[in-house]
Amino acid sequence: MTTFLSFLIITLTVIGLVQIVRIIELATKLKGPQDKIITDQDNRYNALAMLIVGLGFTAFVAYSFKLWGHLILPDPVSVHGEGIKLLWDTTMVLILVTFFITQTLLFVFTYKYRGKEGNTALFQTHNNKLELLWTSVPAVVLTGLILFGLSTWNNTMVPDTTNAKIVEVYAQQFNWTARYAGDDNQLGRAHYTLIGGVNTLGVDINDSTSFDDKVVREIHLPVNQQVLMKFRSQDVIHSAYLPHFNVQMNCVPGMSTQFAFTPTKTTKEMREDPEMIERMKIINEARAKRGDSPVDFDFVLLCNKICGSAHYNMQIKVIVETQEEYDAWLEEQETFKTLVSAN
Amino acid sequence: MSDNHEHHHHEETFITKYVFSTDHKMIAKQFLITAMVMGVIAILMSVFFRMQLAWPAEGYPILEAFLGKWAPDGVMDPNIYLALVTIHGTIMVFFVLTGGLSGTFFNLLIPLQIGARDMASGFLNMLSYWFFFVSSVVMVISLFVTSGPAAAGWTIYPPLSALPQAMPGSGLGMTLWLVSMSLFIVSALLGGLNYIVTILNLRTKGMSMTRLPLTMWAFLVTAILGVLSFPVLLSAALLLIFDRGFGTAFYLSDIMIQGEMLSQTGGSPVLFQHLFWFLGHPEVYIVLLPALGITSEVVSTSSRKPIFGYRAMVGSILAIGFLSFIVWGHHMFMTGMNPFLGSVFTFTTLLIAIPSAVKVFNYLTTLWKGNIQFTPAMLFSIGLVSTFISGGLTGLILGDSALDINVHDTYFVVAHFHIVMGLSAIFGMFAGIYHWFPKMYGKMMNKNLGYVHFWITFISAYGVFYPMHFVGLAGVPRRYYSNTAFPMFDGLVEINELITVFAILGAVAQIFFFFNFFYSIYRGKDAPQNPWRSNTLEWTTPTHDRIHGNWPGEIPSVHRWAYDYSKPGADEDFVPQIVPLKEGEDEH
Repeated sequence: MTTFLSFLIITLTVIGLVQIVRIIELATKLKGPQDKIITDQDNRYNALAMLIVGLGFTAFVAYSFKLWGHLILPDPVSVHGEGIKLLWDTTMVLILVTFFITQTLLFVFTYKYRGKEGNTALFQTHNNKLELLWTSVPAVVLTGLILFGLSTWNNTMVPDTTNAKIVEVYAQQFNWTARYAGDDNQLGRAHYTLIGGVNTLGVDINDSTSFDDKVVREIHLPVNQQVLMKFRSQDVIHSAYLPHFNVQMNCVPGMSTQFAFTPTKTTKEMREDPEMIERMKIINEARAKRGDSPVDFDFVLLCNKICGSAHYNMQIKVIVETQEEYDAWLEEQETFKTLVSAN
Repeated sequence: MSDNHEHHHHEETFITKYVFSTDHKMIAKQFLITAMVMGVIAILMSVFFRMQLAWPAEGYPILEAFLGKWAPDGVMDPNIYLALVTIHGTIMVFFVLTGGLSGTFFNLLIPLQIGARDMASGFLNMLSYWFFFVSSVVMVISLFVTSGPAAAGWTIYPPLSALPQAMPGSGLGMTLWLVSMSLFIVSALLGGLNYIVTILNLRTKGMSMTRLPLTMWAFLVTAILGVLSFPVLLSAALLLIFDRGFGTAFYLSDIMIQGEMLSQTGGSPVLFQHLFWFLGHPEVYIVLLPALGITSEVVSTSSRKPIFGYRAMVGSILAIGFLSFIVWGHHMFMTGMNPFLGSVFTFTTLLIAIPSAVKVFNYLTTLWKGNIQFTPAMLFSIGLVSTFISGGLTGLILGDSALDINVHDTYFVVAHFHIVMGLSAIFGMFAGIYHWFPKMYGKMMNKNLGYVHFWITFISAYGVFYPMHFVGLAGVPRRYYSNTAFPMFDGLVEINELITVFAILGAVAQIFFFFNFFYSIYRGKDAPQNPWRSNTLEWTTPTHDRIHGNWPGEIPSVHRWAYDYSKPGADEDFVPQIVPLKEGEDEH
C-alpha cells in the first residue's frame, strides 16, 4: 500500500510539474517575444536572495557557536593537549576572520553588481600590485602557522619518555584489552602465533619480563603521570581514540605504534566540574527520553578506524585517578605468571 | 582530421550514432546520463543511511522495500550501513565526480573550445566510455550479491578489505568492487591520454596556450594528474587482488582473525595507504579542478567581465596540480608513520592554501564592478565560490598534523571534504550542465526550475554539512552505524535529526533538476546561437544541425583570448575569439 501511495505521489508530482511549466511557458508566450534570457527582474530577485541567504548563513555561523558550542568536546585534559588548544584557537581565529571577510565580500558583491539593462561592467584584466599583495599575505601568515604547527606536533609526538609508565593497548574485532608492564616497566615479548587459551594477547611465557605484566579490561591511569601507550592489533586496522586527551593512534597488525601523554584531571574532578554537570544534564535528559538509565561522566577509548560490523561499539572505559588509588587498583590485578600457572 | 573532410557525412545508423558513437558530443551525453543514473543511486543511499543516523532502530517500510533482507522490519543491518557509505562514496567520487564531471565536459568542450573536429582518437574515446559503462554495470551488480557489496569504506584499507572473514562485504562484493575500479581506471587512462594529446596538438590556428580558456587549462592539468596517479591505484588494486586470491602478503602480516591464524607475514597495511592516497589526494583535485575551470568560464561570462588575473589563475591551477602530488601523507598522520614525515606533509599541505586563496580573491575581483547576470549556472558558480571558501578553510585544521589528532576520521572530516570537494564539484557540474545544455541539446532548460533547484540545493547543502562540523568536534567517529553506544554522544540527537531533514530536502530538490533536464530535451525552447553571449569557440558551431566534425565549413581561427567582455571600444559587451583585433587594439 505504501509503495503504491508513494508511486502515486511521485507520478502526481511529475504531472503537476509538467503542468506548471506549461502554464509558465504559455504565460511568457502571451507576454510577447523576449530577447533577453535573463531579465532585470531575475537579477534583482536572485541578487536579493543571495544577499539574504548568504549573509544569513554567515551570521548563523557566528551564532552557531552559542547554539551548539556546548556540543564541542571540553578543553583537553592532557599536557600536550593544552599546547594543541593554543594552536587550535589561533587557527580558528584566523579561519573565522577570513571566512567572514570573504563570504561577506562575495555576497555583497553579487548583490551590489547585479546586472541591469544599460549597465556596463568594468574592463579590468589584472592588477599586479593587488595580486602580489594577496599572494604574499597568505604566504606570510601560513609560514607562521606552519612553524607554530610543526613545533606543537614535535612537542606532542616526540616527547621525553624516560619516566613514562608503559601500557599496551591491544585491539581486536571488536574489543580492547590493556596490558600493564608491571614493576619492571617492561612489556614481555609477544607474537600472534603464541595466542591461545588464556593467553589472548600472545605474550611470550618464556620471556621473564612478562611475568609481572597484568592483562586487564579497563584502563586506569594515574593523574599527572606520563604514560606511554603502545598499540597492537590482532586482525584489521583499528584506531585508539581518546578524544578528551587529544590522543589518537592507529593500531596496525604486524606493526607496533605508540603515543605518550600525561592526563591532568581525574575522572572525579571531571564529574565535579560545573560545566560537565551541565553537559551531563542534557545527556541524561536525552537518555531519559529514550528510556535509558542516567549515567555519570567517564573517559573512554573508542575505535576510530572502520573495522567491521560492530565498529560503532568498540570501546573500553578509561579511569584517571590519584596515584594512591591507581596503585591500590593495580595491586589487585593478577599478574600474567599467576594467570598462566592457574590455567 | 584535416579540413578536406568537412562534408564527410558518412551515413550513420542508430548504433553508430547513439551507441558506439565516436562523436565526442555524443560520448559526452553518454557519460552524463550514465553518471546521472549512478548519482541517483548514491543519493538514495545517503538518504537511507542518514535516516539510520537520525532515527536508529526505527523501522521504515521504505528501507525494507529497497534493502529487503538487509533491513529486516525496516531496521538496517550494521554491515549494510557500512556497505551503503562505502558505495555512496565510491559512486560519488569516481562515477559522478570523475567519470561524470570529466567525462561529460572534457569530451564536450575540449574539441569545441580549442577548435578541433573531434578528439585526437575518436575510437579510444568511445572505448573510454564503454569501459566506464561496463565498470558502472559491475558496480551496480555488486549491490545484488548475497553477501552484500564492498563495505570497508571507499578507501578499502586492507586487511579489512582483504579478508572475507573480516566482514561479509569483503567477499564477492569486494572482488566486484576491485574489478569495477580496474575497468574504471582503464577508462580514465584512455580518456586522459586523449584529452592531453588533443589539447596539446589539435588547437586551431591562433589558439596559443595563453589564449586557452581557463576551462581548458583546468582540464589539461586534471588529465595530467589522472594519467600520473590512476596507474598507482591500479597497482594497489592488483596487489590487493593478489593478497585476496593468491596468498601473497603485500599488505598482510601477523594476523589472527575469527580464530584463524594466517600464514602471511612481512607485509604492511600502511603500504596500501601510501599507494591509495598517492592517487587519492590528486583525485581530490581531479574532482575539483574541472569544477573550478567551468566556474571560471561561467563567472566571467555572467559577470560580463574578463576573468581577473588570467595568468595568476593558470599559475594557481599548475601550483595546485603540482602540490597535490606531495601531500598524500596528510591522510595518514595517525598511521604511526615517522613524526618527521608528518611534519613534511603538514608543510606541503598548508602551502596549497596559497594558490587556493589566490583563486578565491580573483573570483571576488571578477565579480567586483561586474554586470552580473543571474543564470542558474551563475548561481551555482557563486555557490561554488562560497563552498570552496568554507570547506577550504577547515583544511587548515585537518592539514595541520597536531590539530588533526583529535578530528582525524571524525565527522569534522566528513563535513570538510563534502563541502570543499563534494559540494564545490557538484555545484561546478550543475553550473556546467545549465550553461552548456543549449550546446548539448539545442534547447534551453527552464530557468525558473533552475532557480528553485539552486536555492533548495544551496540551503540544504549547508544545512547538512555545516552542523556536521559540530558533530565532529563532539568526537563522533565517521562510519559509525549508530551513536547510541556512547553516552557522550547522547546530546547529539537533535542535530543529527536536523542534518537528516536537510539531506532529505536536498535529495528531493534534485527532482526539479532531473525533471527540467529530461523535459527540456524534448519540450524545451529552442536555443539561440549564443544564449549567454559568450566569447568561446563552441558557440560558433551550429546549434540545431549538430554534425560530427563540429563546423560545417572551415574551422575558424582565433585572434584573441576568451575574456574580452565589456571591452571599451567594442560594439557589444562581448567579442568572440574569432573576431580579429581591430587596428590599434591591444590584445588585452
